[in-house]
Amino acid sequence: MQKYSIFSLIKNAFSDHKKWDLAWKDPAPKKEYDVVIIGGGGHGLATAYYLAKEHKITNVAVIEKGWIGGGNIGRNTTIIRSNFMYDDNARFNEFGMNLWRNMSQELNFNVMFSPRGIINLAHSDAQMNAYARRGNSMRLNGIDAVLLNREEVKKIIPMADFSDDVRYPIFGGLAQPSAGTARHDAVAWGYARQSDSMGVDIIQNCEVTGFDVSGGKITGVRTSRGDIKTKKIGLCVAGSTNVLAEKLNMTLPIETHLLQACVSEPVKPVLDGVVTFGAGHFYISQSDKGEMVMGGDLDGYNSYAQKGNLPTIQHVLTGGVALFPFLSRLKMLRTWGGIMDMSMDGSPIIDKTHIDGLYLNCGWCYGGFKSVPSSGWTFAHTIAQDRVHELNEGFSLNRFSKGYLLDEKGLGTKTWIS
Amino acid sequence: MLNIKCPYCGDRSQKEFAYGGDGTITRPKLNQEISDEEWDNFVYLRKSPRGKHIELWHHIAGCRQWFKVERDTTTHEIFKTFKPEEEF
Repeated sequence: MQKYSIFSLIKNAFSDHKKWDLAWKDPAPKKEYDVVIIGGGGHGLATAYYLAKEHKITNVAVIEKGWIGGGNIGRNTTIIRSNFMYDDNARFNEFGMNLWRNMSQELNFNVMFSPRGIINLAHSDAQMNAYARRGNSMRLNGIDAVLLNREEVKKIIPMADFSDDVRYPIFGGLAQPSAGTARHDAVAWGYARQSDSMGVDIIQNCEVTGFDVSGGKITGVRTSRGDIKTKKIGLCVAGSTNVLAEKLNMTLPIETHLLQACVSEPVKPVLDGVVTFGAGHFYISQSDKGEMVMGGDLDGYNSYAQKGNLPTIQHVLTGGVALFPFLSRLKMLRTWGGIMDMSMDGSPIIDKTHIDGLYLNCGWCYGGFKSVPSSGWTFAHTIAQDRVHELNEGFSLNRFSKGYLLDEKGLGTKTWIS
Repeated sequence: MLNIKCPYCGDRSQKEFAYGGDGTITRPKLNQEISDEEWDNFVYLRKSPRGKHIELWHHIAGCRQWFKVERDTTTHEIFKTFKPEEEF
């Protein structure tokens, strides 16, 4: 594999950049693989990468119905954070933060990880108390958390509405200075390129049509490009998990919902970190190009449409304008939607299943992007060792029937309750 | 925006309604032993199909009645709306 560096850039400039190697090959599927990963998004590609790197399993195929990076890895708002209260979530995501910090060097691909910080705003005394508790829990898990009062928040985001007559005045906030953003496409491409260089086959335009299961064991997968034999399948298809689960006669604690995001026209630098509104569901950051990147609530009803409806955008931006009045004068450039696995407690599932050789990685809800490296790392461990790692043992499939929910913020499918 | 025909009030904008999830789920029978598996099925497990989906909606900013809707989850086409006691 050609290494990307200033020297290779200069060298290729002499040939008008026409002689770069392909970032990854386009192989036809082989008859058999040790492991087949279904879903060539961030989680699937990261899993393939860590299978090859950490576990030396390189006879791996990543099969993808569409193209690499066309799903939720290219549709999110690129926020990376580990500001969780529960130990299982906090440890898992803080492990991921360390992978993010080295990712550009490790993948030899500039993912533009930018630890610019996140602030969750509080709008009441009760919310300040809740954030103090969450901040303390974070610090006990070694995560940086800073409780800010109103004046401290005002120094960081002076353009927010600090006037006296607002409906939800800003009382303060909880900051995680080490949180940030990254270039989401580069994450997919970087993992794809490195996996490919270690021998993983990345097979695009290859739809799964069925599974071969005999005696409670996986024996293969049927695809639109032929049958593939394998003893281990990793399912990383957030957004389509229910569709593939149906082919396996499984019913999961997941509903599929649509989440929208939007960006404004680019403006000069005004916001350097990520800010979330505490009195509604709205979050915002500014991209390096200057666009305000915003998102919020689900559309609210089961959907596979990958395209949203306007009432939700209007609702989300109403919260946005309440927080940052200057937004009302910006034109929206684009809106888009992605389909989410909404698990019933708002936390993901990375586990084995009752079928031998079938491993499940799903339920990412609003926050799949930040977990790409930690999910790939732990899922690769789960597949390679046929047992969960201590980092993902809390994300079990049977926690619902056992009553060990990870209801971090009470965010699940039931948006009509919140 | 969805246009939903409330079986009691007629065609109204989506903004008047709240979503209530899968309309095919039934609560385990009262006054008898309910297993963990039955509770799991009732509370957590959902098919969430791609395609036709029977679901509950609440006309919360209208007549406040619950009713059922048959809708396509990829196109959002609404085929039929009916009262909860009506069989599909």
